[in-house]
Amino acid sequence: MIELWNSLPEVIRILLKIVVILGPLMGLVAYYTLAERKIIGYMQIRIGPNRVGPRGLLQPIADALKLMMKEIVLPTRADKVLFIIAPMLTLGPALAAWAVFPFDEGLVLADIDAGLLYILALTSLGVYGVIIAGWASNSKYAMLGAMRSAAQIVAYEIAMGFALVGVLIAAGSLNLGDIVRAQEGSFLTWFWLPLLPLFGIYFISGLAETNRAPFDVAEGESEIVAGFHVEYSGMTFAVFFLGEYANMILISALSALMFLGGWLSPLPASWVDGVFLLDDGFHWLLLKTFFFMFLFLWFRATFPRYRYDQIMRLGWKVFIPITIVWILVVGLAVVFKLPPWWSA
Amino acid sequence: MLQRMRDYLRSLLLIELFQGLGVTGRYLFKTKFTVQYPEERAPMSPRFRGLHALRRYENGEERCIACKLCEATCPALAITIEAEPRADGTRRTTLYEIDLFKCIYCGFCEESCPVDSIVETSVYEYCFEQRGEHIMTKERLLAIGDQYEAEIAAARAADARYR
Repeated sequence: MIELWNSLPEVIRILLKIVVILGPLMGLVAYYTLAERKIIGYMQIRIGPNRVGPRGLLQPIADALKLMMKEIVLPTRADKVLFIIAPMLTLGPALAAWAVFPFDEGLVLADIDAGLLYILALTSLGVYGVIIAGWASNSKYAMLGAMRSAAQIVAYEIAMGFALVGVLIAAGSLNLGDIVRAQEGSFLTWFWLPLLPLFGIYFISGLAETNRAPFDVAEGESEIVAGFHVEYSGMTFAVFFLGEYANMILISALSALMFLGGWLSPLPASWVDGVFLLDDGFHWLLLKTFFFMFLFLWFRATFPRYRYDQIMRLGWKVFIPITIVWILVVGLAVVFKLPPWWSA
Repeated sequence: MLQRMRDYLRSLLLIELFQGLGVTGRYLFKTKFTVQYPEERAPMSPRFRGLHALRRYENGEERCIACKLCEATCPALAITIEAEPRADGTRRTTLYEIDLFKCIYCGFCEESCPVDSIVETSVYEYCFEQRGEHIMTKERLLAIGDQYEAEIAAARAADARYR
């Protein structure tokens, strides 16, 4: 088996690895949509979709089939090329970002040193899809949605970047694997505690970045119908949807990686070394990611949409000052080797 | 000043937002109200006013005596009645039509009827597939009455004390 694997050309091996990462990811996206409808339903004291398959478990497949069958409507005065490229541009970066993502010790497609930078670049690239979609649709509502999205991203990208600066100061590395390894110990040595404000800001900026409630002004179905994707239908719409959910999963996984110790077990290594399931491993990462994915849905079920000017105020006048102050605090803590995080 | 600082701290620590999350978190585990409609049905009052029906006596004679009280009382003018004496000398309707598009299901026709002939049943799942079907003719109303007589009688009996 290993010989067969080694005999394959490098390109094929990489492609196979990509399939192994993206296959389950796409499945997760599909069932995330179902989980969203179910959980929000439960929070509204109803039971959500339960007609297709046992307990509604085939609903995502039915949805996908429906979207594939539908016609892709091209508005007459739309910019056809950009109109088709835009959804791909939102999905592409959301998938490409997984290349540097370490799933377990040594289990990473591309172990590059500037991983965090790469992630930051790709997560901000996704917004071009939204802006181009709004522009190419040649529709008032789509344009408004795109403008809102652009302004929002500018505000929150900075806060998000600063939050990540805090992480990289704390870890002393841009490599995502090294960031996890710097959190080794127990759940008290994970970065969520010393970087608590940055943790909150990163996740909330992540909400804004993925255009999720309560920051979904770009979509704003009650104000501007569906914002940037009013004119999209069928598969182009589905690709937007996939991109949005893949982005949500990505942000969840990154929060788990950078603030909750990735694949590390919450108990000290000396207690759980070699113990089945309690030891460090991929399942811990999965569990933490699911926690954040659940938070996305919980927030959507709880909070009403922020007013546009409130979003701007929060981004510029609250988040950015807090992050700057906390970067200073973290810098001092690292320089003076504050235990237990930076004592070694 | 102190109040402002306290307010600022409250909003900074997201206290109210966490309270909100607590509410939705509790609701996640509440018993769900959903009625799985085609399989389950919500309970219904015997006074429910659904599709109309004309009833008969037990010997098969139609109850309606063409007094036209229902036609007179109908606020939506949905009922049209024409009548003349039958061969045996009794006064009967030759035409009894209810336009269901005009009907507002107020139940006045049922209340006004001295012989409990026109009634509103608890049937609420019906549709019209062709133009003109919304005009309920005498034959169709009688047929509905025949079909649901047991239910109609049971509902009237259950509500008899209050009528």
